[in-house]
Order: sequence, then structure tokens, then C-alpha cells
Amino acid sequence: MGLEDQAAVKRVADEHGSGVVVLLGTPDAESTQTLAQTVVVGDPSYAGPLAGVPLGLPVLHVFEVRDQVPVDVYEAQVALMEMSLDRDAILAGLREARRVAATT
Amino acid sequence: MELRGKKVIALGERDGVPGPARRAGAEVVLTLTACFV
Repeated sequence: MGLEDQAAVKRVADEHGSGVVVLLGTPDAESTQTLAQTVVVGDPSYAGPLAGVPLGLPVLHVFEVRDQVPVDVYEAQVALMEMSLDRDAILAGLREARRVAATT
Repeated sequence: MELRGKKVIALGERDGVPGPARRAGAEVVLTLTACFV
């Protein structure tokens, strides 16, 4: 995640405190894992404003909230992406990020 | 996790994240859709 984006995430998390959830629309396992780690335990590259800053935000991928979204909205905005991407690998990347966060 | 009532930071390459979040009852407080890959 870019430095300006990290700063924006940190500012919003600081402003709103608990009740903030990160919802990912990442297209592969690697970006999913990296972004999730960044907003939970801090910037893994130790380069940005979130280096060493464990925000501890809950992270979900948009694929995980299907049952909370009206069917027509999900079909129009997510379903095509879900069909064309490796859903299992993306969610495995997120599980790995959660595992790392739980052991950090 | 239930999104209703939550404040959502939407991150991803695709645009199809804020819309579903809002329709799930969340308030989207930040959207970053730059390419992360």
C-alpha cells in the first residue's frame, strides 16, 4: 500500500476508533495478504506511516459478505469478479494474514 | 462479521466494494481503489 494511502487509513482509523472494518476487493492472494497484514499488524515493508503500527482492524474480503448484500447488487458489482478470480486462493491469503496477526 | 452499522474502509483494485458495503448497511468512510498489485 502506498505511503499516502497508509496515512489515509491511519487517519480514518484514528478518527473513528472502534467500529471500523476494512473491506477488501483485492484480486489475488498476495495483495489480499499484504493489505490485510498492513491494516492489522502494520506495514510489512516498514516503509510507511503504518510501519510498527498495529491498527488491529477487522478485515473482510467482499466475497465473505455475500449474504449481507442484496442479491441484485452483489450480482451486478461483485459476481463477475468472483467468477473470474481465484476465490479460494484469495480467501486463503486472508486466512494466512489472520493467522500471522493472531501470532504477532 | 455483520457490516450493518460499521464504518468501512474499502480497499481494492476493483470498484465493486463500496456499493455492496453501503447496501449491507455500512457507512463507507474511505475508499482507495488504486491498483495494489
